[in-house]
Amino acid sequence: MDWMPVLITSGTIGGVGLACGSALALAAKFLSVPEDPKIAELEGILPGVNCGGCGFAGCADYAKAIASGAASVDLCAPGGPDVLKKLAAATGQEATATEKQVAMVLCQGNEHRAVHKHIYNGVADCNAAAMVAGGDMLCTYGCLGYGSCAFVCPVGAIAIKENLATIHPELCIGCKACIKACPRGIIRMVPESRSVHVLCSSKDKGPVAKKACQVACIGCKMCVKLGGEAFEMDGFLAKRNYAIPATSDTAIEKCPGKCIVKIGASEATTQTAPADGAPSGSHA
Amino acid sequence: MRTTQALFKLRGSIHPEYFKGLARDKDIVAMPLPKQLCVSMAQHLGAPAKPIVSKGDHVLKGQRIGEAAGFISAHVHAPTSGTVTAVEDGPTVTGTLALRVVIEPDGQDTPANALPPIKDWTTAGRDTILARIADAGIAGMGGAGFPTRVKLSPPPDKPIDTLIINGAECEPYLTADHRVMLERAEQIWQGCEIMRSLLGVKTVRIAIENNKPEAIKAMQTAIAKADGDVAICILKTEYPQGAEKQQIFATTGREVPSGGLPMDVGCVVENVGTTYAVWDAVVNGNPLIERVTTVTGHPVAEPRNVLARIGTSYADLLAFCGGLTCDAVKIVSGGPMMGIAQSNLETTTTKTTSGLLFLEASRVPEYTSMPCISCGRCVVACPMDLLPAELSNRIEAGDYDAAESLNILDCIECGCCAFICPAHRPLVQHFKMGKSRVILKRRQAQTKS
Repeated sequence: MDWMPVLITSGTIGGVGLACGSALALAAKFLSVPEDPKIAELEGILPGVNCGGCGFAGCADYAKAIASGAASVDLCAPGGPDVLKKLAAATGQEATATEKQVAMVLCQGNEHRAVHKHIYNGVADCNAAAMVAGGDMLCTYGCLGYGSCAFVCPVGAIAIKENLATIHPELCIGCKACIKACPRGIIRMVPESRSVHVLCSSKDKGPVAKKACQVACIGCKMCVKLGGEAFEMDGFLAKRNYAIPATSDTAIEKCPGKCIVKIGASEATTQTAPADGAPSGSHA
Repeated sequence: MRTTQALFKLRGSIHPEYFKGLARDKDIVAMPLPKQLCVSMAQHLGAPAKPIVSKGDHVLKGQRIGEAAGFISAHVHAPTSGTVTAVEDGPTVTGTLALRVVIEPDGQDTPANALPPIKDWTTAGRDTILARIADAGIAGMGGAGFPTRVKLSPPPDKPIDTLIINGAECEPYLTADHRVMLERAEQIWQGCEIMRSLLGVKTVRIAIENNKPEAIKAMQTAIAKADGDVAICILKTEYPQGAEKQQIFATTGREVPSGGLPMDVGCVVENVGTTYAVWDAVVNGNPLIERVTTVTGHPVAEPRNVLARIGTSYADLLAFCGGLTCDAVKIVSGGPMMGIAQSNLETTTTKTTSGLLFLEASRVPEYTSMPCISCGRCVVACPMDLLPAELSNRIEAGDYDAAESLNILDCIECGCCAFICPAHRPLVQHFKMGKSRVILKRRQAQTKS
């Protein structure tokens, strides 16, 4: 057998490979762009959910922004105080931990409680449903229940039960993606330690609100009388003032609309930072 | 015979069943004044008008009750004389809330005579006539409701050479424009002459689908003595021939660029109803306070073409047409292809209400939407040359950026794709949602920068 062609071929290919390899090795040595090792370190600290809650395109982008000084370290909601502490230590910035905020749907109108005004059989998306005659519920403020918020939640913390979105506070990472998705603007960030909430967003007058839903706020101000500063009125709608703890249960028991509820343990009497952001509905 | 055949065929089109026979041969009947008129301030495209009357005021027929708020907006007038009982938020056809003026008619129908008739409009001057069209609150009566004054005063860098009068009425069921052409052909031609002098154009095309031979004949008689390049353009009956961009293509062969307006290709398109309203406003001094609306559908006892005051509730319109003979499961404001489903009859008519359609259960089949089978029929049917299947998939996945780059904003929401889709995908609904999201995103980006 003539071995020459085999040797020439393997020699040529081997030679080309060797030349290219050494060129790449040299390029890597002399043309490399040094990357700030800080970025990799910061990215390692961040939770890696890529929720976008900080306003950057994922954790890597946020790490880059911190390293370059374009962003502060306290924007990562899912990370909580632990991540904040580590980021602060890594960058030398000072940051005070604020209480974790979780998203809450301020509506209790499920398919049994809220009144439908027509049958909607289109695309199962709240934004689409809201475009047909203003949504299929008589209440123009309440949850439509087609799950646009659940669709965008990166951690699956939102369940749609009986046409009503419910957010699990333990699972919620506070990225606010659901707030952006909700066409009704009824999802609000609340401090995790607070357990008493006014779960209604209807700004309608009492009789109108009552006709549309069994669990509507009728604007009677009972909670403000009984619960003091923990509640406040916004027109015909009661709202929770999260800065003041709601210690007594009388407002919950006496609420004629049954729209004040306690989720979890009673609230401690300590003060908490007010919930950030504007009241629900402002982004719509 | 001043007729031409359409020069070009639509890119994509469909042939739905038309059902125009229900109301085609019914004369336009004026409806007696209802007990209450609710005049919405959001009658037109652009900013809603600002109410200038308050509760308790007495208004006269044709008195201005809403002031145009901005350049793209139109005045609103009282449809009859009576007392303002409320200025409040009320539902619009799309289900959103907008301010409306509720008027309780006094039955006298006393006219305000605010606008003097301009009998000899040929010598009145361009500005006077334009001001009159604005004062009369005229907005496009074909459906979108674009303020007519804005359309008729194009910027100097956009020369106009063709005026197209849209009498295609390609929506199934609707016959309002058909009746207007039959009964008011002479006035339409006069209105057309007014607009022609405003725009300074020689070429006029009156586009009518070939399923309205009587209307074609009536318009032919009306334009018999016209000078210049005036002709009826006979369009093949197919949907959506009446869509502005499609009509320009069919009559002139020009294509409106993506994101552009008809004036970019030297055309102005006006609906026949609008043309009549222009004549009425100029020659008689009547503001736009009534329009012809087709109340139709198989469940309606007596389908009719009703000349109703603006602000008449759908319930009153239905009662005037004898009510329903069987249950209707869907109420549509407008035609079946592009109309908007209603959830009650409290909504009131506006300048753009071309029809009120009632559909019984057998004509509203409920489909289960299935995944796209990639048959491509929607691509063939799309008159705007879009890729409906791809767009729909992207929107379903929440990828609005991709939808934007696939030119979703060019979609005219005609419904051809959804009509033809064998998988019964809710394509148009996806696009409506996607368009609103993309527009919202652009607006947010604009406010940020």
